[in-house]
Amino acid sequence: MTVSATTGSLAAAAPALVPYDDAVARYEPVIGLETHVELGTVTKMFCGCRTVFGAEPNSSVCPVCLGLPGSLPVTNRVAIEYTIRIGLALNCDISTWCRFARKNYFYPDMPKDYQISQYDEPLCTDGWLDIEVDGRPVRIGIERVHLEEDTGKSLHVGGATGRIHGADYSLVDYNRAGIPLVEVVTKPVPGTGALAPEIARAYVTELRELLRALGVSDVRMEEGSLRCDVNTSIAPAGAPWGTRTETKNVNSLRSVERAVRFEIQRQAGVLDAGGRIIQETRHFQEGAGTTIAGRSKEEAQDYRYFPEPDLVPLAPSGEWVDELRAALPELPAARRARLRADWGLSALGMTALANAGALDLVEQTVAAGTTAADARKWWLGELARRANESGTELAALPVTPAQVARVAALVTAGTLNDKLARQVLDFVLAGEGEPDEIVAARGLAVVSDDGALTAAVDEAIAAHPDIAAKIRDGKTAAAGALVGAVMKATRGQADAGRARELILDRLG
Amino acid sequence: MPITRDEVAHLARLSRLALSDAELDHFAGQLDQIITAVARVQEVAAEGIPPMTHAVPVVNVLRDDVEVPCLPSALVLSQAPAAEQGRFRVPRILAED
Amino acid sequence: MSADRKICGDLTELTAAQTAAAVAAGDASAVEVTTAHLDKIAAIDARVHAFLHVAPEQALAAARAVDERRAAGEPLGPLAGVPLALKDVFTTADMPTTCGSRILENWQPPYDATITRRLRQAGVVLLGKTNMDEFAMGSSTENSAFGPSRNPWDLTRVPGGSSGGSAAAVAAYEAPLAMGTDTGGSIRQPAAVCGIVGVKPTYGGSSRYGLVAFASSLDTPGPLARTVLDAALLHEVMSGHDPCDSTSVDAPVPPVVAAARQADVAGLRIGVVSELRGDGYQPGVLARFREAVELLESIGAKVTEVSCPHFRYALPTYYLVAPSEASSNLARFDAMRYGLRVGDDGTRSADEVMSLTRAAGFGAEVKRRIILGTYALSSGYYEAYYGKAQQVRTLISRDFDAAFEQVDVLVSPTTPTTAFPIGERADDPMAMYLADLCTIPSDLAGNAALSVPCGLAPEDGLPVGLQVMAPALADDRLYRVGAAVEAALEQRWGGPLLGQAEGIG
Repeated sequence: MTVSATTGSLAAAAPALVPYDDAVARYEPVIGLETHVELGTVTKMFCGCRTVFGAEPNSSVCPVCLGLPGSLPVTNRVAIEYTIRIGLALNCDISTWCRFARKNYFYPDMPKDYQISQYDEPLCTDGWLDIEVDGRPVRIGIERVHLEEDTGKSLHVGGATGRIHGADYSLVDYNRAGIPLVEVVTKPVPGTGALAPEIARAYVTELRELLRALGVSDVRMEEGSLRCDVNTSIAPAGAPWGTRTETKNVNSLRSVERAVRFEIQRQAGVLDAGGRIIQETRHFQEGAGTTIAGRSKEEAQDYRYFPEPDLVPLAPSGEWVDELRAALPELPAARRARLRADWGLSALGMTALANAGALDLVEQTVAAGTTAADARKWWLGELARRANESGTELAALPVTPAQVARVAALVTAGTLNDKLARQVLDFVLAGEGEPDEIVAARGLAVVSDDGALTAAVDEAIAAHPDIAAKIRDGKTAAAGALVGAVMKATRGQADAGRARELILDRLG
Repeated sequence: MPITRDEVAHLARLSRLALSDAELDHFAGQLDQIITAVARVQEVAAEGIPPMTHAVPVVNVLRDDVEVPCLPSALVLSQAPAAEQGRFRVPRILAED
Repeated sequence: MSADRKICGDLTELTAAQTAAAVAAGDASAVEVTTAHLDKIAAIDARVHAFLHVAPEQALAAARAVDERRAAGEPLGPLAGVPLALKDVFTTADMPTTCGSRILENWQPPYDATITRRLRQAGVVLLGKTNMDEFAMGSSTENSAFGPSRNPWDLTRVPGGSSGGSAAAVAAYEAPLAMGTDTGGSIRQPAAVCGIVGVKPTYGGSSRYGLVAFASSLDTPGPLARTVLDAALLHEVMSGHDPCDSTSVDAPVPPVVAAARQADVAGLRIGVVSELRGDGYQPGVLARFREAVELLESIGAKVTEVSCPHFRYALPTYYLVAPSEASSNLARFDAMRYGLRVGDDGTRSADEVMSLTRAAGFGAEVKRRIILGTYALSSGYYEAYYGKAQQVRTLISRDFDAAFEQVDVLVSPTTPTTAFPIGERADDPMAMYLADLCTIPSDLAGNAALSVPCGLAPEDGLPVGLQVMAPALADDRLYRVGAAVEAALEQRWGGPLLGQAEGIG
């Protein structure tokens, strides 16, 4: 039995979830994504209040963003600039004349009970973003990029989980109201087949990288500066596209993937049972990885859009757009191609780096003097293992590319061997300081001094007369065991190569 | 085309006006008259005529991304019908948007 | 002040120009002037009900500040020390702002409107806030939630609207100046029926920041006064670009004071709008209008007739555009952040509280227009109603452009009738809307228009206004013509038209 979120009534039991592989074998999904990006401008979209996160409630508000009677909006130039740059990076056409529009609906977190947005005249249209999934290139069409203002934020009091349902009342903070929000809407993406969830995730990942490269937002999904709604529909092969549902509250990359996967399975179950998909808004449940019904879109909201009379049209000049285009930074796809060529990697090799979140780290380590191969070895090997162990992301580990580069340099110089290097990194991660400090403080350098080594070699020969005898007889391979003994005696700090030389000298 | 009482009721709900039955009856008749009168604009041939913009047309009125002092939060909340924990207290919201 | 330089007689009978000169010369202190007006208000406003809020302490403090500046030898602006009545639609940080509505009863804004700020900076003394039709929707001030204002010429009649309180205050000598707003005629029509001067400047000529919005693309702040020169002085002080208002015009204020002093129409081409007369126009109004036109001809103007064919559609166009924008502008009154809240018993939802509050807080006309506007913007109706109206609006604007190719200004009666009795049209919206017939075209096109008294209608002895219309940004032409008419007529009458009123108390 499921309890309908809107009516509170008990609905009939939901149809069974179809196993994923079965669902995509019989149905073809079509996906679409709407992403909201909070711009990192200094001030809000239509007023001079500072954009803040986590500040005291209602501490960054003014008559305009509170929508007080008599207040009027004035457009932030930098927000327009950022939006155009996003459009250019997504290969869009930039409008030469467009207007803001009012989207009218009542909601307590909306100070004016209308949102200044764009309706039929978006600033950017008709672009694309190329992504790669499993080595397969996919071009995601971009329908539009437009600008709007964010709403306030509500705390729901009295209900079980702080959610709306069952709450007694709400508390509203308008600090967020008026922060510039860019909405990026994809065209529907058919033909994704079984890879739909991964493609959705890869798109959001790539979009986030692009926005970060542009420097227009800090794109933190967990803080809400990047929000995603996912649209999913399925239909039998060759049939017209099915009815789509919109899933909100998708707050991480992993959730994007899980939401699409679940919706495909759920919708397959409904269709298999002979039902029909309702066009509705659903909410993603983080814990369960499921979606539940929200407000039904059948009684679609009539937003009564009309051009915003308090603002004048935007007409970005050709010169301004050209300037912005010329000043675009190297975009992620181009950068990846450049690094791949520089580092001589395969596509799969690059994917591994990207998936591990190691791209920037490797690049910075290389910039500090390490070879690409060594940098990859350390980040994808030892450090990735340590990240998994502690359940964190690579970038969150308390070690910097500079430090990794230093360790790699010490190995190249012969001061450290691999085993010692791993120990040094352990101590860096534990917060004991810089690699050189650790080597000195703990005496972790490779011992190459013949004096000390000779003593250890003599000890080892004396302790293993049978092995020594074999070596004297010409079985030089047995020297390895004596080298091992020397290493053990020196706690791994002996220069293994030199130790072997000394052994063979002695017994040769 | 007359506007029905039901349509008036729908529009009242849409605009968050809890009209009484008497008001609905009264307004329906008046609005019907008014809408018939304003519908006269449809007599005008306006193919290709752009909608009105400003009397003194201008584009690109933009401001710099520079902070301006905001309102003190105590003042902001002083006129609130209800406030709690530095926030505006509002009655329970039924559905997420 | 030395006794022999004092002004004799009632300080409230001075014009704004005379008051400013007296204060600057030290013949009267700003405090004396303010006190005289506060006394006048106390004596008669119970009967006129022009004011919703009088602020004696703040007014006297402002007056004292002017006197101190004068004593310190600092330069004073052209209206320093002159009292003014401010329509209760402008936010004031030290006085309530109700917009004539229960939903904002006792609302104390946390900020001053730009207009309020500019007036204060100019040393103008704000006496208080005047009554108005609720949210500026109306032509009689009967839609005020706090009772109507009354016409000083006949207290049983309306002072016009929506700036009825402002017009009544000036006509009753409670203030030499008032500020109003004009969306469909709400400055000019009250000015006409109260026998004073009222001006709707070019849209965007002054700031709407802090002006509680009714119809954003139409609302225009403007001056009301007893003389054309006074209106010009206020026009200059209040006007100019405001970076807080994206729709405000970034151009120099037209030289309206100079034009008012010039007052000469020799060679000026004047067009009589043929569509603005006929059925529904009171004969006495048309008679006084015709005489005014003949007078203009006799003092040197060239008069022709001009047709503006789309003006026939101005009223329906306005009653689509204005309510549509209003339905959106008034959505913010939802009981969540300020203003009235009704029905919050701890069990009701936010939507329910919003609906109960708005039902209790808005009057009938506001509700009607919200519903009408919601209808006109609805999906399926937008193209035929709001969309179409915006197109017809362009055609009306083009009619003006074409007319102004032939003439320098257009003229018409300001409103088809004189002041009607309180209650006569109160529950007949369509009849009420007809009051705006002549004024609406200029609101839709955004150009400049003025009403100046041109006589009393013979049938009822009530004031008639002559409307002058000029192209956008050519506000000075209004004052040239207005001042010329005023001078010629006052010569004929032997004094201002208001002198023929019986006066109150």
